[in-house]
Amino acid sequence: MQPFTTLTSTPAPLKVINVDTDMIIPKQFLKTIKRTGLGTALFAEMRYKEDGSENADFVLNQPAYRKSEILVAGDNFGCGSSREHAPWALLDFGIRCVISTSFADIFYNNCFKNGILPIVVSSEDLEKLFDDADRGSNATLTVDLEKQQITGPDGGTVTFNIDPFRKHCLMNGLDDIGLTLEKKTKIEAYEDKLKQRAWA
Amino acid sequence: MTATSAPRTLYDKIFDDHIIDQQEDGTCLLYIDRHLVHEVTSPQAFEGLRMTGRKVHAPEKTLAVVDHNIQTTDRSKGIVEEESRIQVEALARNAKEFGVEYFDELDIRQGIVHIIGPEQGFTLPGTTIVCGDSHTSTHGAFGALAHGIGTSEVEHVLATQTLIQKKAKNMLVQVDGTLSPGVTAKDITLAIIGEIGTAGGTGSVIEYAGEAIRALSMEGRMTLCNMSIEGGARAGMVAPDEKAFAYLKGKPKAPHGAAWDEAMRYWETLRSDEGAHFDRIVRLDANNLPPIVSWGTSPEDVISVAGSVPDPALIEDETKRTSKQRALDYMGLTAGTRMTDIPLDVVWIGSCTNGRIEDLRAAAKIVEGKRIATSLDYAMIVPGSGLVKQQAEAEGLDKIFLAAGFEWREPGCSMCLAMNPDQLKPGQRAASTSNRNFEGRQGFKGRTHLVSPQMAAAAALAGRFVDVRTLG
Repeated sequence: MQPFTTLTSTPAPLKVINVDTDMIIPKQFLKTIKRTGLGTALFAEMRYKEDGSENADFVLNQPAYRKSEILVAGDNFGCGSSREHAPWALLDFGIRCVISTSFADIFYNNCFKNGILPIVVSSEDLEKLFDDADRGSNATLTVDLEKQQITGPDGGTVTFNIDPFRKHCLMNGLDDIGLTLEKKTKIEAYEDKLKQRAWA
Repeated sequence: MTATSAPRTLYDKIFDDHIIDQQEDGTCLLYIDRHLVHEVTSPQAFEGLRMTGRKVHAPEKTLAVVDHNIQTTDRSKGIVEEESRIQVEALARNAKEFGVEYFDELDIRQGIVHIIGPEQGFTLPGTTIVCGDSHTSTHGAFGALAHGIGTSEVEHVLATQTLIQKKAKNMLVQVDGTLSPGVTAKDITLAIIGEIGTAGGTGSVIEYAGEAIRALSMEGRMTLCNMSIEGGARAGMVAPDEKAFAYLKGKPKAPHGAAWDEAMRYWETLRSDEGAHFDRIVRLDANNLPPIVSWGTSPEDVISVAGSVPDPALIEDETKRTSKQRALDYMGLTAGTRMTDIPLDVVWIGSCTNGRIEDLRAAAKIVEGKRIATSLDYAMIVPGSGLVKQQAEAEGLDKIFLAAGFEWREPGCSMCLAMNPDQLKPGQRAASTSNRNFEGRQGFKGRTHLVSPQMAAAAALAGRFVDVRTLG
């Protein structure tokens, strides 16, 4: 997993609440047995017209945001299905940071497994960030994970909270399974204890 | 491994009981008792194991089934769609290679992963259960701690039989009173989501309690827990009681003999202690609850069947207002339209929310001896599992549905997420017993109204929504 330290990019505003994972990646793209190549499917039903051509109104089709690595979105981003194809599609498109007032639990968790930083901010800060994002290529945001800080185009800052363990893993690109396997003795001790339960 | 002697909630007890290791910041390594696997969210996880040379740590605690992708028409000649077939074949191969038990598309025990778990007695009270599917919350109906995970976590559980977790908050949903005839667990859950919103349970585990919950059958409790995720809660649970034990007794994978008696002694302790702390309590009165219908593109967009489409212009917050207007535009509805005046094209009954035998019995009771409206394009019943289908056929329900003009299909997820050929066409409007009315969920530009099986059945006869309380 690619470590996440700092990121500077033009943020793309997606002013929709309850963006669900069906919206992020519709089900027809879930038939893959790979993790890669899903970027073209990101937000497919909003991004493309029925004939497959681009919908010019959709934010990521506008010139300023085609290479955005930061997405600023309305409340409760990533609700619905557990599909990890959602962060895979975001990552494959190039988005490594999503900012919202809240995230659905499973999506939030899935982001960290893929080197994507989901940032929770207050409604007031989100409004400010939407304003910054509306300025298009004239404005960039810098996200500094170490400092837990977003710096806006005019030098204003927003600080954010993040769980220290998740931060550590993200900054170092650590593999969870490797970390857990270091605790193998403890897992086996737990399983020995379980054997006393005939039903479990 | 009790963390404290203070009164604990049901969730606290099960969580504490599964802690293998706890870091200073509260991050826990949790033991996972049961892992359900299906074809869509597992191929990359098995591939990860192969690439790192890892094995499945506890294959006997893992059960694989195919459900999301498969056609619900004849499957004796295999899976028709190529991409779906590749994914199904990948699961079959992975199950064999890693020694995991697998129910294929022709197995009578095959069905939607959240229906077969309880059916097989794989789901047990007091256990931790995960699956790469958000509706894993269903299993909480038995007093299990059950929730959905992503594919990276599927790989983690396969490799280690554990999950890295932080304790969630405790939320109590207290439902007192008695439901009116025709009003169901589905209406309770839709009303709760309408009340708390789709992010209302984020970061929480919900425990459902109260007179109306006790009165629900296990099928009803599964419906309720199933949709906890639609209210943002990863897991929902009900303290196990005689109904839960009676449901599980004698199931193939449930304990037998002395092991059953031992399990019962533990299971009977699985309830929240008097005075246990809940971070949030939500109350709902079942007495006057009407049948609920969704009008928009989020499960929080709900209203009484006796109500009308709400007006987004009245919402103050701009992003919320434009989002709800967008939902109305997508649904092709105008504010003020009475819900009972909305004409339907399709009726679909099935899913891990409402594809169990009790759901089919309730729907059959309403349509028996009648015909679906000629204005419908079609109406379809998809049983949740092979065993549900078998039971329904033994009771003659299939004949009732067929005589009424419904299609009677093979088990699977089907149109709930429309990964298989069962899909709405653009603009088609469905009354559906599934769990999500998201844009495009049941087919590109398809329009979904979430309802109970009773409401779906009544809607099929009328070609529009009907208040089931007014039926004789």
